[in-house]
Amino acid sequence: MTGILAFVEQRDGALKRVSLETLTAARAIADLMQGSVTALVIGPPGVDTSSLGTYGADRVVVVADERLRLYQPGAYTAATAARVREEGPAAAVLSATALGKDLGPRLAARLGCALASDVTALAFEQGQITVTRPVYAGKALLRLRVTGRPSVITIRPNSVTPVERPRAAAVEQGSAMPAEGSVRTVAVKEPPGAKLDVAEASIIVSGGRGLKEPANFALIEELAAAIGGAAVGASRAVVDAGWRPHADQVGQTGKTVSPNLYIAVGISGAIQHVAGMRNAKVIVAINKDKDAPIFKIADYGIVGDLFEIVPRLTQEIKKLRAG
Amino acid sequence: MPLKIAVCIKRVPDTETRIKPGADGKSIDEAGVKFVLNPYDEFAVEEALRRREAAGGGEIVAVAVGPDAAQETIRTALAMGADRGVLLKTDARVVDSLAVARLLAEDLRPGGYDLLLFGKIAVDDSSHAIGPMVAELLGVPCVSAITALDLTESAGSAEREIEGGVEVVEFRLPAVLTVEKGLNQPRYPALKGIMAAKKKPLEVKPVELSGSGIEVLELALPPERRAGRIVGEGPDAVPALIAALRNEAKAL
Ligand SMILES: Cc1cc2nc3c(=O)[nH]c(=O)nc-3n(C[C@H](O)[C@H](O)[C@H](O)COP(=O)(O)OP(=O)(O)OC[C@H]3O[C@@H](n4cnc5c(N)ncnc54)[C@H](O)[C@@H]3O)c2cc1C
Ligand SMILES: Nc1ncnc2c1ncn2[C@@H]1O[C@H](COP(=O)(O)O)[C@@H](O)[C@H]1O
Repeated sequence: MTGILAFVEQRDGALKRVSLETLTAARAIADLMQGSVTALVIGPPGVDTSSLGTYGADRVVVVADERLRLYQPGAYTAATAARVREEGPAAAVLSATALGKDLGPRLAARLGCALASDVTALAFEQGQITVTRPVYAGKALLRLRVTGRPSVITIRPNSVTPVERPRAAAVEQGSAMPAEGSVRTVAVKEPPGAKLDVAEASIIVSGGRGLKEPANFALIEELAAAIGGAAVGASRAVVDAGWRPHADQVGQTGKTVSPNLYIAVGISGAIQHVAGMRNAKVIVAINKDKDAPIFKIADYGIVGDLFEIVPRLTQEIKKLRAG
Repeated sequence: MPLKIAVCIKRVPDTETRIKPGADGKSIDEAGVKFVLNPYDEFAVEEALRRREAAGGGEIVAVAVGPDAAQETIRTALAMGADRGVLLKTDARVVDSLAVARLLAEDLRPGGYDLLLFGKIAVDDSSHAIGPMVAELLGVPCVSAITALDLTESAGSAEREIEGGVEVVEFRLPAVLTVEKGLNQPRYPALKGIMAAKKKPLEVKPVELSGSGIEVLELALPPERRAGRIVGEGPDAVPALIAALRNEAKAL
């Protein structure tokens, strides 16, 4: 096969939305190399794969086994590597999620091939795949040419917009691998009302030390809820203070995010914070200090007291949604 | 039971650094850049120290692939409390994770380590790759980006953050673990530790890199953000903000 193997991620039997982004990227590259796209789904029996043809898969291979409901590193690596060896794609692409960031390097090491991780753009130039990936936590961009074949590429969530390219994708069953014994995922603990993760959200409302105390994060949560489908992020200052979990931290030692809209509330805009969010498409800053560095990278800013501005913003957005 | 622990550490630019592409257009200009121990590797070193303290003994070896200057980075780990260091010395500026992982795996394989600790990610190349790669090459279990760890003599259980949840993973030793922020709070090297570190053994071994099929075309700064604007002051500016987000930016 000349083409791309797209690893499609499921969570608890449902395809992850981010996989459609990865599939869209796979389709675009495959078209440039006049190749085909095989989508590989590993998970429990009964995953609904009907959207995969819609987003450009020529073939869908399903490796289904109840023991593969959770991410089992050994079995997932073995099954994916076996597919790559069998089909000989130019590249295997995965989403740079918690799963993909673990599986991608294992796969590359097992196949003895190059890995380009967390890429935000792919191209096909002079017969070879080139990728762009943020390095130094987003302070610079590295452009790489992938000369080896196959290669493994993980794609950062929110860097590709899913596009429908309908195909009559034939679905085949792949063989299930028994879970390998020396490492085993035994459970996933989800907090009640599981939250949208900042790394996957297309809108993020983040709060910083300007909120003064943890209880005031309610203002941020209300704004995120009013917008709908927005995740709540945080600066390191408030994570270190124990106000928010580390999973919410945006920045050099937190998550690097690329949402459509990032609203920074009471965040000064330290270089380590900015590194993590400067790739947002639109940045809004609310800060009482007109000289705060965050205003240097914000598209829109309001200078003033967040305790007055944020409730008003929430109220106006609610009005808008209601109207 | 005393453990033998390897900690893989990297010399990286301090997170305060303003990045400037160098004359080759492919790597950073290192003039005036302060280098430090990768922040995530501090968590890995700290975890090794705590495990040794809990076990009442053991050996901790800090291993780095890098230029001569990485000896300083290794001394930092020794000052924190590691017993000895190994520098796999190369001046190559590597972007190829597998090439580095192969060097580390080769050096670690005969070491008889119970635990191989890594940072989750190096804050320069941001690959999140070397730990799982080394585990694969050595054929040992790996749990990446852990935030909690429970160890018995021959096995362990770790937690790792996933989107909106936490995975609980059980594994046998020896194992590779890569460490996320939150697992522990790293100590600062005490003066006594810094003095002691100077006398601890640090072996330097020259190495050759073999690439896996990736090459740098360009290192560039991200496009400057278009100059933004202050839409106003105080809550009365909110309608103007919403209008801008809806009509101009199409972001709401
Ligand atoms: C190795 C290292 C790694 C780091 N990694 C990260 C990282 O990943 N992410 C990160 O965020 N930081 C990181 N930092 C920390 C970073 O340097 C800053 O300390 C941190 O981002 C500051 O958080 P803050 O903006 O919430 O707090 P502050 O800098 O204290 O800013 C608070 C802001 O709130 C404003 N404010 C106060 N009251 C109000 C009000 N009533 N209304 C409106 N505005 C108000 C103030 O004007 C100020 O600008 C790192 C630092 C180091 C050394
Ligand atoms: N040159 C290196 N020498 C030793 N360890 C390294 C090196 N590069 C990366 N590592 C280890 O691998 C982890 C992940 O790095 P990376 O995959 O480059 O993001 C780091 O936190 C280190 O523990």
